[in-house]
Amino acid sequence: MAKAYTPGLTVSSRVRYRARRLLPLTGRITVKAGERVTATDVVAQTDLEGDITPMKMSNLLSCAPRDVPGLLLKPVGSAIAKDEPIAQSKGIFGMMKVTVKATASGTIESASDSTGMVMIRGAAQPVQVRAFTSGRVVEVLGSEGVVIENDVALVQGIFGIGGEAYGPIAVACAQPGDRLEASSIRSEHAGCILVGGARMTIDAIRRAIELGVAAIVSGGIDDADLKALLGHDLGVAITGSEKVGITLVVTEGFGDIAMAARTHALLASHAGHGASVNGATQIRAGVMRPEVVIPLADEAAGDAHAGGGATAGELSIGTSVRLIRDPWFGSLGTVAALPEQPAVLGSGSKARVLEVALADGQRVVVPRANVELIAE
Amino acid sequence: MQKDPSRIKVVVATDCGSTTTKAILIECVDGVYRQTHRAEAPTTVEAPFADVTLGVTNSVTELQELSGRRLVNDDGTILRRDSPEATEGCDLYISTSSAGGGLQMMVAGVVKEMTAESAKRAALGAGAIVMDTIASNDRRRPHEQVQRIRELRPDMVLISGGTDGGDTKKVTELAELIAPAKPRPRFGGEYSLPIIFAGNRDARPAIERTFAGGGFDLKIVDNLRPTLEREHLGPARETIHDVFLEHVMAHAPGYDQLISWADAPIMPTPGAVGDILQAIAKGRGINVVGVDIGGATTDVFSVFDGSFNRTVSANLGMSYSISNVCAEAGMESVLRWVHLDMDERELRNRVKNKMIRPTTIPQTHEALVFEQAVSREALRLAYVQHKAFATELKGVQQQRTVGDAFSQEEGGRSLVSGMKLDLLVASGGVLSHAPRMEQTASMLIDAFEPEGFTELAKDSIFMMPHLGVLATVHERAAMDVFERDCLVMLGTCIAPAGTPVAGKPVMRWSARWDGGSAEGTLMAQEMKLLRIGERALVEVVPERGFDVGAGPGVAVKREVRGGSVGLILDGRGRSLSVPDGAEGRRLVAAWAKALELHPD
Repeated sequence: MAKAYTPGLTVSSRVRYRARRLLPLTGRITVKAGERVTATDVVAQTDLEGDITPMKMSNLLSCAPRDVPGLLLKPVGSAIAKDEPIAQSKGIFGMMKVTVKATASGTIESASDSTGMVMIRGAAQPVQVRAFTSGRVVEVLGSEGVVIENDVALVQGIFGIGGEAYGPIAVACAQPGDRLEASSIRSEHAGCILVGGARMTIDAIRRAIELGVAAIVSGGIDDADLKALLGHDLGVAITGSEKVGITLVVTEGFGDIAMAARTHALLASHAGHGASVNGATQIRAGVMRPEVVIPLADEAAGDAHAGGGATAGELSIGTSVRLIRDPWFGSLGTVAALPEQPAVLGSGSKARVLEVALADGQRVVVPRANVELIAE
Repeated sequence: MQKDPSRIKVVVATDCGSTTTKAILIECVDGVYRQTHRAEAPTTVEAPFADVTLGVTNSVTELQELSGRRLVNDDGTILRRDSPEATEGCDLYISTSSAGGGLQMMVAGVVKEMTAESAKRAALGAGAIVMDTIASNDRRRPHEQVQRIRELRPDMVLISGGTDGGDTKKVTELAELIAPAKPRPRFGGEYSLPIIFAGNRDARPAIERTFAGGGFDLKIVDNLRPTLEREHLGPARETIHDVFLEHVMAHAPGYDQLISWADAPIMPTPGAVGDILQAIAKGRGINVVGVDIGGATTDVFSVFDGSFNRTVSANLGMSYSISNVCAEAGMESVLRWVHLDMDERELRNRVKNKMIRPTTIPQTHEALVFEQAVSREALRLAYVQHKAFATELKGVQQQRTVGDAFSQEEGGRSLVSGMKLDLLVASGGVLSHAPRMEQTASMLIDAFEPEGFTELAKDSIFMMPHLGVLATVHERAAMDVFERDCLVMLGTCIAPAGTPVAGKPVMRWSARWDGGSAEGTLMAQEMKLLRIGERALVEVVPERGFDVGAGPGVAVKREVRGGSVGLILDGRGRSLSVPDGAEGRRLVAAWAKALELHPD
């Protein structure tokens, strides 16, 4: 039988999930291997070196650069406060001395005798890394971070914005094909991870931000709405650092598109359970997709499989697929045939194709590049 | 390790891309070098394989199966011939690489338009992606510059500044900003960040002191701008290549092994493409522009009057960056190339869906038309950026006459000229895989707006990187393959430069070719395609105000090359503009029909 491999996104009711939680540089690990943590526990922390503020001291003192080190009022390495005198010129016969005040607080890091530049290093900036999901610390990665493991229900989205968020799951749309409108969002959704259905409207997003909803997970979003929310057209899909007051996860794509029924059912079955969401998406080398991670209470059950579920793998007759390009974008179906020979498409290009039996009974021929697997 | 070129008869070359490792076999057949087989396999630089040589072995094994010639040893290494009579193995193995994101650099110079620009040229020419250019006059305040340096994670930093014997203070200040900012290298951990200093030689002691603090690997090379009038990029470029091999590649999984397999240094892929285009331009005495449009980036290379330039438009591409092309160009600019009815809101969603699922391909005719419209804008924008960068040296003292007082032209004119361009070479998915060659030719003409006589070609299977490295070892073999197998000639475009007036003629023309002839008058806004076979003798007489290379209104008679498309006569004038609304759509449809871009 003809076989082909195609990518897909993980939607799994139980998977062994490993979260690699790394500091941006080496630091201190605050947990031990084997320890249990909750999603918001700090597992590692460090201090990022403070900002550098340069001061062109030779210009400010009207002196030669080589004289600058000798004109500092405090030696290199000393602490200095903003507006505190940092250097003073010799003046003329001891008169008319010019005093320069520090433009930032911190430590005097260096004074160059070749350029006359003085550098002030600001206070270190503490950085904390949280566990992201509850679970057990299974590995300590030197002084860089830890690995947290747990059995979870996992939903990978196709695209998201905003960073990590936490909260209980609440369902706003009863059906996966229901559009998420502002009217579906209520005050009790504050702090929740809200499950929509099809497209989330801009009014719904704005209402959710207003009420303090932690995150929205829904089938689609309109590009024009995303642009309105961000204030600019998103050029490249590298996201996660947006500060719009909410994290958004889109499970299917752009446009009016229903969430896959299985995804909706899985999320809905965990209503009220605590979950973690990350909207960060990176679609380049080293693909990163947004995630909804729901730790399972019965960790001991032990029947979880490691890895990403049955979503990236083999295409064969009967496999469930989603069509991911027009003219049938978003349609679901099963593989009906996998012809060996390339076929000429409507565009005139030649490509390897497959035949899909759509849910409405229609049979269509599409390029193999234009489908993704859906986990059973 | 240099081999005697006369003993090289069988060559295996690989290009390790981010997703695919492409292998080709080149053999000397009857005294001429030809590319005989090609194969590819997934690149294996990422986990779970984390060893680039696996992908190389896989691709060469496929090459072996296709060619019937044994090329791989049992241990997976490349098999070499032990005698010229041996029927197994190869004489030379070479490779390029852009896997793992290629070479990413930060450059710095004192004056943005002078030393910083020269440093950028050196880095781009060496095949790097320039993440940012820091300059004393880049309008950022020092603390903003420091912040930016801290955010970047370059593979190396190139610092220039000051002419030899000139001021040392500014360039030292620049170093003093970079050193405490402590840019962290991409490969983290124990990796000492390479800093290449190619500035004022008198500043070297101060630079050495500045970077003495640890965490840096300082290399000092000749000043890349020893005087304002002279750019000397060679030493900096070579050092970038050396550092790329010693540091960057050595930290990428499996590369130490690959380096030991190869008979010539492994080059960054775009650096190798630049080398082959320079060799071609030099060999044929022509001016060349090459373009490689990918999913994320578009590279443009040019050689005009011997001056080589390369630019990377980091966010202009056809999948990962497609949304950015639409944002930068504006949807109305994209849609001016579309002659079909399309709903803009729907298209915006489609663009985003392509961005988040970058591997999908257009299935319908409508989707293809739209994607090729986007590609025209991506190429056009990349070429605009290239023209702005590929300039004469700025900051050079110029003698001016009274006449110049009325000229708006500043120093640093673009070296790129549509009229002087002789050969335009296309590569990259949307151009290489267009269902019809006419579509490739049309995209090139619309985006690059060549003037006068310009040959159009495409690199059929993106072989230029392999040939770039081969040229460093065996130039003739590289040239043979380039001419015979690498380039697919599309044809020649004749485009009179001038402003057309609706309903008026642009030029009279006649053409004779093997088995046919034709003549006529090309009207304003008219496009015409002549199927001329391999060559034709053409005479064109431009109307007054129109120029095909010999001056306004001056006739030109010459031989032109045909190809799979033929001779395209372009009466749309330069610069090209498409009217708004229905009239624009009618014209675009007429051009598409004239060039037989789409099935009836």
